[in-house]
Amino acid sequence: MNDQTADPAADPQAVLTQQPEGDAPPPTGWFSRLWASSLLVTVLAFVTAMLVGGILIAVADPRTQAASHYFFQYPWDTFRYGFTAIWHGYVALFQGAIFNPNTASKGTLAGYLGPISETLTNATPLILGGLSVGLAFRAGLFNIGGQGQVIMGAVFAGFVGFHWHLAPGLHLLLGILAGMLGGALWGGLAGLLKAKTGAHEVITTIMLNYIALYFLAYLLSVKGFQAPPYGQAISNKVFESAQLPPLLGGSVRVHGGLILALLAAVVVGWLIDKSTLGFRLRAVGANQFAARTAGMSVENSYITVMLIAGALCGLAGVSQILGTNSAITGDIDAGIGFDAITVALLGRANAKGIVAAGLLFGALHAGGTQMQSATGTPIDLVQVIQSMIVLFIAAPMLVRAIWRIKGTTTGVGGQLAKGWNG
Amino acid sequence: MTTTAQSPDELTVEHVAVRPPVSRAQRLGAGTSLVALGLVTIWRFGVEGHHHQDASIRLGALNAAHVPHFTVPAAPLAWVCGVVTVLLGLLWLAVARRHWFGPIMGIGLGLFVVALVCWLASASQFSTFDVVGTLTSTIQLAVPLILGALCGVMCERSAVINVAIEGQMLAGAWASALVGSLIGITAGMFAGVVAGALIGAILAVFAIRYLVNQVVLGVVLNVFAAGLTGFLYDVFMQPHTDTLNSTPIFEPHKLPLLGDIPVIGPLLFDTYSIVYLTYILIVVVDVWLFRTRWGLRTRAVGEHPKAADTVGIKVLAMRYRNVIIGGAIAGLGGSYFIFQVGQFQKNITSGQGFIALAALIFGRWSPRGAVAAALLFGFASAMQLTLSINAPSIPSNVVAMLPYLATVVAVAGLVGKVRAPAADGEPYVKE
Repeated sequence: MNDQTADPAADPQAVLTQQPEGDAPPPTGWFSRLWASSLLVTVLAFVTAMLVGGILIAVADPRTQAASHYFFQYPWDTFRYGFTAIWHGYVALFQGAIFNPNTASKGTLAGYLGPISETLTNATPLILGGLSVGLAFRAGLFNIGGQGQVIMGAVFAGFVGFHWHLAPGLHLLLGILAGMLGGALWGGLAGLLKAKTGAHEVITTIMLNYIALYFLAYLLSVKGFQAPPYGQAISNKVFESAQLPPLLGGSVRVHGGLILALLAAVVVGWLIDKSTLGFRLRAVGANQFAARTAGMSVENSYITVMLIAGALCGLAGVSQILGTNSAITGDIDAGIGFDAITVALLGRANAKGIVAAGLLFGALHAGGTQMQSATGTPIDLVQVIQSMIVLFIAAPMLVRAIWRIKGTTTGVGGQLAKGWNG
Repeated sequence: MTTTAQSPDELTVEHVAVRPPVSRAQRLGAGTSLVALGLVTIWRFGVEGHHHQDASIRLGALNAAHVPHFTVPAAPLAWVCGVVTVLLGLLWLAVARRHWFGPIMGIGLGLFVVALVCWLASASQFSTFDVVGTLTSTIQLAVPLILGALCGVMCERSAVINVAIEGQMLAGAWASALVGSLIGITAGMFAGVVAGALIGAILAVFAIRYLVNQVVLGVVLNVFAAGLTGFLYDVFMQPHTDTLNSTPIFEPHKLPLLGDIPVIGPLLFDTYSIVYLTYILIVVVDVWLFRTRWGLRTRAVGEHPKAADTVGIKVLAMRYRNVIIGGAIAGLGGSYFIFQVGQFQKNITSGQGFIALAALIFGRWSPRGAVAAALLFGFASAMQLTLSINAPSIPSNVVAMLPYLATVVAVAGLVGKVRAPAADGEPYVKE
């Protein structure tokens, strides 16, 4: 991750900011290397975002608000209550995401593993979506269509899940394949349009998101899809035989989707770094004209990568409908499509990084829920922290400026950013 | 264009228009879509249409006096519309000409709408279709889209991609709700403008100073604005709804003279102040972009920043200014949502910023085109509302899909003819 000599396409910093390293000589010694590395920037981005998040927690705290009215008479109260609020907030976040001594003292499995299970459950679709966006990034495409692909994956998998009666193992397998197919169709359509007509994938995927949303809304009003008594916009329940098995017993939510996500991460990691196809995709992403000159089919690469990316988002939909929930609702995508973009960026578009980023954001989501119920801090805080982490890692110069670190990211070189015409 | 030198002494320049040919995928895709649309029209509104009832079309509300009113036979008209659409589709499949694409697709969609409207208005003895009413709600639904798209024009003509229109609108909406509740509508609108400009400023700094990939940046800023406004809503507005989140709502103002024109008066000149402001902004942005020095420079910066820099135009300053002004316009669009309903809700803009972005691209990065596209989207939403009330048998969600489908078809079909500003999305660094 902090390898400064990687090729430009694999250099995540360059993907994000188009600032490959400048002319400065590489720093020597382990300490200065760490100081200049992108890992440090990532950590500092996280710390900075958490600090800003802390300010927001303090602002949201009623006692601190009350104390701020007499700030100029007695400022100490504002700070005291503010810091207490921040401490309680982040403790609750930790307890919701990793380990909660209060519930663990009950001695049940759910008490010990509940928070971790929540983190993993939240992380599963984020990892899958992140892999999808990350893979597309490497091929130079920006997959904003995660939302639509997740929805189509969930619709296909859910339909197989509640419409067919099959043997347990086979039913699940077909459900998973159907979900991948649904996502792949939706993603592949954007790839096809890009390859055959040159339509920019950002705009087509945004439009396909809305089409999928309205398609889902339509399906949820159709008999056979909608659950009786047809009053609510909710689908039939997926049969038990098609559900992903719980991993740690029925008392906690984490399910087999996590295995799918980790498998997908291994496959995508191999695909990007080791396979011929991955080399082709990276070449197209780095410079499509050079790739074309070298005899690669840029068009086929676009279609292939969007098919795979769509299938990965489809898997996120599978995890949503065959694992976390058992019936499709209008918000089955749960914002995964857009969260996945932040995961892919934080994970710097490589498989290991995306798994780590997915776990981190999964933990933030799980902890945010606990924080909201324990201290009343709104869960929207998690979104703010998440977006700020990504903003900061996308602008390493800013992080370095805030923390007064001398860095090597001063030079400006090749332009990997593509406009609408690229 | 080709330049041919015939002899060293005599140099003649010959202009030859070179049109990129229509690709097979474009021909097949657009052609089959049109044929399918025509067949649906024939089947749904012709074969299965209302044969015993004529469509009754009105140019004004039912209770208004002296509104023009006429009837047409619905089913035969649907047959005609459908057959013409199919023929247009076949024509396009046979001989696709690039410059026919817009008119052909436009006529096809228009005929579909005509058949749909007549079908609606002939459902029973009492059903009628109020053209002016639908167009009025079209304008109301289009105003935030127009403002968002104008924001996009400002930013992208100076080569900064703005995917954060949604976030700017949302921030504008939140600030409008707060200040609007405390002070009033005008102050609220001003606060919305400032908040939108602030998000615009963040976009500008990260895109121009820190060279962050602009599409990434826009997406992240949307998440940021949604999170922050949601958080602040929960913390401040939710507990104090009466004082901090209940604004006055817009009252229509009828313009003297203009408002008294039949049909057009009630449609255009008996409406909210922000709509008049939008009319003005449309004209201002259009004139600004194509008739002023600033606009010329903006376009130069957007097309070829290096050349612009060479002749002494301050490229980065130009971009900063335009992006911040663009954000301000989007913020005004955000305040529109507030003063229509009188309060802020989480994610009140519900994706309208993205639709504004689509309108911008659909409208080929020009103010007029963007306004036309925004009106088209507004019309589709208005039709969806009408349908969900008057014709439950037609799934309104499927109708709601149509503008997005049309955008996909248009973006795919118009590529090559439509081009973003050449430097759009590329940061400029002085060498």
